[in-house]
Amino acid sequence: MAGNRLVLTGSAVVSALLVGCTGTSGADGRAQQADALRVVGPFELHSLDPATSEGFFTRLGVAETLVEADGDGRLQPGLAVAWEESDGGSAWSFTLRPDAVFHDGTEVTPEAVTAALEAARDEPASPLADAPVRAVTAERGGVRIELDRPYAPLPAVLAHASTQVLAPGSVGADGRVEEVIGSGPYRVERVELPSVIDVVASDGWAGERPDVERISYQAVGRAESRALMAESGQADVTFGIDPVSRQRVEGADGVEIASVTLPRSILLKVDAGHEVLGDVRVRQALSAGLDREAMATALLRDPEMAATQLFPPSLPEWHDETVPALEHDPRTARELLAEAGWTPGPDGVLTRDGERFEVSLRTFPDRPELPVLATAVQDALRELGIAVEVQLGNSSDIPAGHQDGTLELALYARNFALVPDPLVTLLGDFRPEGADWGAMGWSDQELTGTLADLADGADDATADAGREAVAGILQAQLPVIPVAWYRQSAVVSDRVDGFTLDPLERSWRLDELSWSS
Amino acid sequence: MAAGRAELVLVTSVPLPAAALQDGSARPPAGGDGARPGRLARRAAVRRVLAQRCVQAVSVTVLVSTACFAVVQTLPGDVAMRIAAGRYGYDGVTAATADAVRAELGLDAPAWQQLLRWWADLLRLDLGTSLVTGRDVGAELALPVASSLQLAAAALVLAVAVGGAVGTAAARHPGGLLDRLTTVWVAGARALPPFLLGLLLIVVFSVHLGWLPAVGHGSTSSVVLPAATLAVGLSGLFARVTRDTVAQIGGSAFVAFAETKGLRRRAVLVRHVLRNAGLTLVAYLGVQAVLLVEGVVVVESLFAWPGLGHALVHAIFWRDVPVLQAAAVALGLLVVLVNTVVDLAGLALDPRPRRREVVS
Repeated sequence: MAGNRLVLTGSAVVSALLVGCTGTSGADGRAQQADALRVVGPFELHSLDPATSEGFFTRLGVAETLVEADGDGRLQPGLAVAWEESDGGSAWSFTLRPDAVFHDGTEVTPEAVTAALEAARDEPASPLADAPVRAVTAERGGVRIELDRPYAPLPAVLAHASTQVLAPGSVGADGRVEEVIGSGPYRVERVELPSVIDVVASDGWAGERPDVERISYQAVGRAESRALMAESGQADVTFGIDPVSRQRVEGADGVEIASVTLPRSILLKVDAGHEVLGDVRVRQALSAGLDREAMATALLRDPEMAATQLFPPSLPEWHDETVPALEHDPRTARELLAEAGWTPGPDGVLTRDGERFEVSLRTFPDRPELPVLATAVQDALRELGIAVEVQLGNSSDIPAGHQDGTLELALYARNFALVPDPLVTLLGDFRPEGADWGAMGWSDQELTGTLADLADGADDATADAGREAVAGILQAQLPVIPVAWYRQSAVVSDRVDGFTLDPLERSWRLDELSWSS
Repeated sequence: MAAGRAELVLVTSVPLPAAALQDGSARPPAGGDGARPGRLARRAAVRRVLAQRCVQAVSVTVLVSTACFAVVQTLPGDVAMRIAAGRYGYDGVTAATADAVRAELGLDAPAWQQLLRWWADLLRLDLGTSLVTGRDVGAELALPVASSLQLAAAALVLAVAVGGAVGTAAARHPGGLLDRLTTVWVAGARALPPFLLGLLLIVVFSVHLGWLPAVGHGSTSSVVLPAATLAVGLSGLFARVTRDTVAQIGGSAFVAFAETKGLRRRAVLVRHVLRNAGLTLVAYLGVQAVLLVEGVVVVESLFAWPGLGHALVHAIFWRDVPVLQAAAVALGLLVVLVNTVVDLAGLALDPRPRRREVVS
């Protein structure tokens, strides 16, 4: 008898615990439902600093940059309503929005903007640090930026999240950002590093007040967990949905999938200074050996994402329909390899002068499709007789291998719109001395010259011809071998209307959402 | 009170007749005199436990943090590169950002100097700042420590409540239906990896029933699923151990004696069986709490629980040595703390006197 009673007491305690907790959750859930939009994504926030907060606060509409951009990369007014170049392109003036106010009630002054830009210039990870800026000075109603030489993409650089303008009160005595006081439509209510950010609509915002009053962002590392949250209605907007989960969630009630092609390409970096891979015929053979359509269909569940050239259609100015598409052609690949002197050895692996065709391929798991794509590349190249060893490590292994010269092949996704003008990324990635996330041991005078001309500023027709030339050279020389393009998906619950994805990933556009009636 | 004490003495003197005969406290209690040496002995024992554990805590801190430091030094990959990847993400890690990190953090200094600096800081109770976020490590780990403790405590309470109740009930009829069901439960619960179990729980309770939030750390109810995931594995074994211990004690001579002298079954269970079983169970619980640490890493990742496991994995990935050392030390000290609590609870529960020389 006593035993039974004990069991009963035990179960009662447990049920009370569970019921107590669920009861609270019901109340919490309803309170949240009343006003907060629940956003879930894979990204964690590790610091409030503009250079390392990975654009969280610009995406959430808390902080603003001088220049904004629409989905096609066209520049739009941000904190600056207008900008113009002077002195033959070696100086730029930006006029500030007169009604701009920080969330602490102070005005957005030219001095505050200057301080923010100076801080960005000191950050090695900011593209502003690489721009030829000589001085930033405050002037009446705006800021003036003097350059060492003309630099046409400067306004696009000032759209990068690292140049976001925070109030002077954001920075503590030691120069570190202690709280994020921006000037956007939302202000920060609570930040719990690394995973929670709550924002509310700001009363000081002069523009239209957003329909969604509160947003609560939660970082969730595992893709399975995010998909389950979306499915169970625990999230209103879920970013970072992998292809497999996307297929499953598509069938769930009360949610929709939004997707957009990003200006991001998955590519194979090749050491073109390598004694084997330096031969352009070998690079072309590697490219022809890849069945990109099969890889995109089977692994990305999206055949349209098979790359036919480096620039995806989401970069309309750079995507060139006229270049011959990269195609799967194993026969040509074998011929090219034979021309380069490679013949199959006894075990099927190609050899030349007693040397076996063995290379390593580095990649990392931060983007979950990379490791599986790497093994597909490995398999495709094995068909050609090339033995590829896949090394799965940290993203930094790729720049490290570039620096010490041990890198042979690397697979990663490159974002060409880190700033809205892809030219800035290309100038870095294809500079003659090579770049950590670009060419290695490869340079082309015509390409270098064309990119430099584009940076100096060119009229539309010249610029079009220049971009065409760049796309053509990259397609023929293959300093990097395109593998796939990239589609970003988000799951949106039917509680909200009007959700769209920004192809440049600059904004989550949550201020444009409305609650569905 | 006096009757209770007399019973306890009887309880212990049956299985340990030799000890009991020599033992001063086994004499019939003579007024208040017998209580004083007993209390003194207990106090001395408590002091001894605390002193031992303090020494252990200090040595764990030094050994664990030094070992962490040594392990990080032997890991492949450039430390500055890893830290830059942690700070700026994969779009921003380049040789230039890594060089800036190296210069800022003084990573060029020889390893032994970096270790000496850590020890010196530790003496001043300064855990340093995170190499990746630049925040104070103490502040950085406050939330993870609190979250992990919350999760571990909830899981233990749940496991003890379910496992203890089921085990006690199963022990009443060894070989009965409930007993056999418990065996199945133990095998099943241990065979299910926490990752799979967690997903199953989310699918059932969150996606289909919609009772509980799937993932996260926001509301009070979000602890239920991760705690239940951990508790299921623990509760099976706990039920098994409870059942064996209770059954064994239930069959012992002193329980038979207590029944013979006419105590009600409930009184026998609570005063004799459970108190004696408690000793074994509390010790077992200590071991389980240590094992919890292992399960916590997987469960925290699945449920996006911002605990120590989560912090530890990130710190290793980014080579954030100060956070790694502090997180590992925190886990080590947690084990010492659990052991201390187990020792003290054992002392409080154990009716047998610890040391004769203190008593006599």
